[in-house]
Amino acid sequence: MVSTNNEKEVLLSVKHLEVTFYNKKRRFRAVKNANFDIYKGETFALVGESGSGKTTIGRSIIRLNHTSDGDILYKGKKINGKLSKEDEKEVVRNIQMIFQDPAASLNERATIDYCVSEGLYNFHLYESEEDRLQKVDQALESVGLLPEHKSRYPHEFSGGQRQRIGIARAMVMEPELIIADEPISALDVSIRAQVLNLMNKFKEERGLTYLFIAHDLSVVRYFSDRIAVIHKGRIVELAPTEELFAFPLHPYTLSLLQAVPMPDPRIEKSKELVIYDESKRDLSGEKPILQEIRPGHFVFANDREMKEYREKLQEMIEFKKEHPNA
Amino acid sequence: MAENKDIILSVKDLEVKFKVRDRVLTAIRNISMDFEKGQVVAIVGESGSGKSVFTKTFTGMLDSNGKVTNGEIWFEGQNLCEIKKESDWEKIRGRKIATVFQDPMTSLNPVRTIGYQISEVIIKHQGKSKEEAKKEAISLMERVGIYNAAQRYDEYPFMYSGGMRQRIVIAIALACRPEILICDEPTTALDVTIQAQIIHLIKDLAKEYGFTTIYITHDLGVVANVADRVAVMYAGQIIEYGLVEEIFYDPKHPYTWGLLSSLPQLGEKGNELFAIRGTPPSLFEKVIGDAFAPRSDYAMQIDFEEEPPFFEVSPTHFAKTWLLDPRAPKVEAPATIRNLHDKMVRLTAKGGIYGEH
Repeated sequence: MVSTNNEKEVLLSVKHLEVTFYNKKRRFRAVKNANFDIYKGETFALVGESGSGKTTIGRSIIRLNHTSDGDILYKGKKINGKLSKEDEKEVVRNIQMIFQDPAASLNERATIDYCVSEGLYNFHLYESEEDRLQKVDQALESVGLLPEHKSRYPHEFSGGQRQRIGIARAMVMEPELIIADEPISALDVSIRAQVLNLMNKFKEERGLTYLFIAHDLSVVRYFSDRIAVIHKGRIVELAPTEELFAFPLHPYTLSLLQAVPMPDPRIEKSKELVIYDESKRDLSGEKPILQEIRPGHFVFANDREMKEYREKLQEMIEFKKEHPNA
Repeated sequence: MAENKDIILSVKDLEVKFKVRDRVLTAIRNISMDFEKGQVVAIVGESGSGKSVFTKTFTGMLDSNGKVTNGEIWFEGQNLCEIKKESDWEKIRGRKIATVFQDPMTSLNPVRTIGYQISEVIIKHQGKSKEEAKKEAISLMERVGIYNAAQRYDEYPFMYSGGMRQRIVIAIALACRPEILICDEPTTALDVTIQAQIIHLIKDLAKEYGFTTIYITHDLGVVANVADRVAVMYAGQIIEYGLVEEIFYDPKHPYTWGLLSSLPQLGEKGNELFAIRGTPPSLFEKVIGDAFAPRSDYAMQIDFEEEPPFFEVSPTHFAKTWLLDPRAPKVEAPATIRNLHDKMVRLTAKGGIYGEH
């Protein structure tokens, strides 16, 4: 994929990624030829439904899933497949993950002190015990918790607090890239805002880069710079956030946008249900590939579909011109 | 609360207490509310606000450490709070008031076939023969959108996807032709596209079968879609109640303002999202004044001293906040949520709707 903005530094590059799972003799391709770049300092969102392969991509990046083909390049260096111990350590330290369920991702029997320090222990990232404690205190403070919380156990905290501990645990490693896998899905509405604000704060203060994995397009819009929509292991559309919301082209993107309920009764009550049914689509013509339709806007299509999408795009652009407020 | 229309269920001064390790938690604090026949009432609130507990009292499904300690629930001339025997509850639960829960896997029996589980209910409640029940079960399965229903009749729950299982749970709930269907976060565990289909299905069925729907959710988007009326719950109370448009476009309670303001859809890139500070009060302690006051930007002295009554905003819209007292200073809703509709329309592609182009 050609980057449209050459000034931006590519931090992570996923090229022709394939992930296949085997169950006895059955083969399941969870990720099919995924291609995308993540620039330094941006939030890149992978959006899709359960089973679409979005988490699998995230887990492949931190080497939890084997890849069956393709490359994952971190700062130009291949990080999938066999790596030396040294390199593997480097990858694991630089790329941290925040999980969906804050209750399940913390060790129930360990104190917060240990939960947060675990990575420091594993990589000996501290000079002395004092240094370690200082790092833990700083990490806790940065997520709005107090040093005295160190001696407590995860169950003593609320869901939102636990998620913040999960973030502190990732941040203490001073990573460059954070893979956030549905970090707010399990949280209450009012707590979600707190956690999103916190993640944004780290992005600004420390120049962090996020790969944000989500199923909810409404959250993604506020939080991310670019979005890739993934369906059945295949990226079907990729565009800068506002571009995607203004000019969604692939029918699956549309049905996803349509399905997310908007907090507005007048819009919701007049909405029609659009069900995306691949079998009812005209799939004639040659095999589709991810193609660039406007600068930075890619859509999975063959030449016949590209022609259709171009016409649609033109229509939408004209509609926008006529109705600047709509 | 509402004008004297066709009231199907009427709750008066309901109070529910739970005993937790020798301490008493007041989960529902004096709720009075009428449910109108045929309406879809959405109950919104965060976890722990008591929304599930509230509706569980309608079917006698409170956990064993919980008890209705005060109040009345009137349904078909009967006060449900006076029911003592389990066999009396069985005449109501499922038969008149059915519930669809969040996780369809836990509501279905994993070792029985789907068909058996639907037919069982039809045989028990409608007294039909096995063959008739099977026939009706298949037609119900078709109605809730299961293709090849006759072939899938003999399959087990694990062979169904999450969305299909929820369809089956709905079919079972409908098998007894209930008067009221309580939907307790029925789509929270499902994908968005499936969620849209299930919501659509529930609305369609409500029209067709004419039942009253009580829809519990924390998702304001879902509320906007399903509800005719909305009740907002906080710390065991309903703090605002009104028509769906009144709650979204003209909310009055600071907590409702906070909920709407923290919607990520309203966030502007580069600015912080609005977040309600603090946490809800502990219901082990007695709550004095307005429970939301310590977290509110609009709290006045009286909010910490005395519980506000319901003030009437319109004949259909009520809010429990001192801000509506004539003596209170005039306060407008925060700018973020004013003109909500225009903002949302601007967020969507073609005048609010993403349809086929």
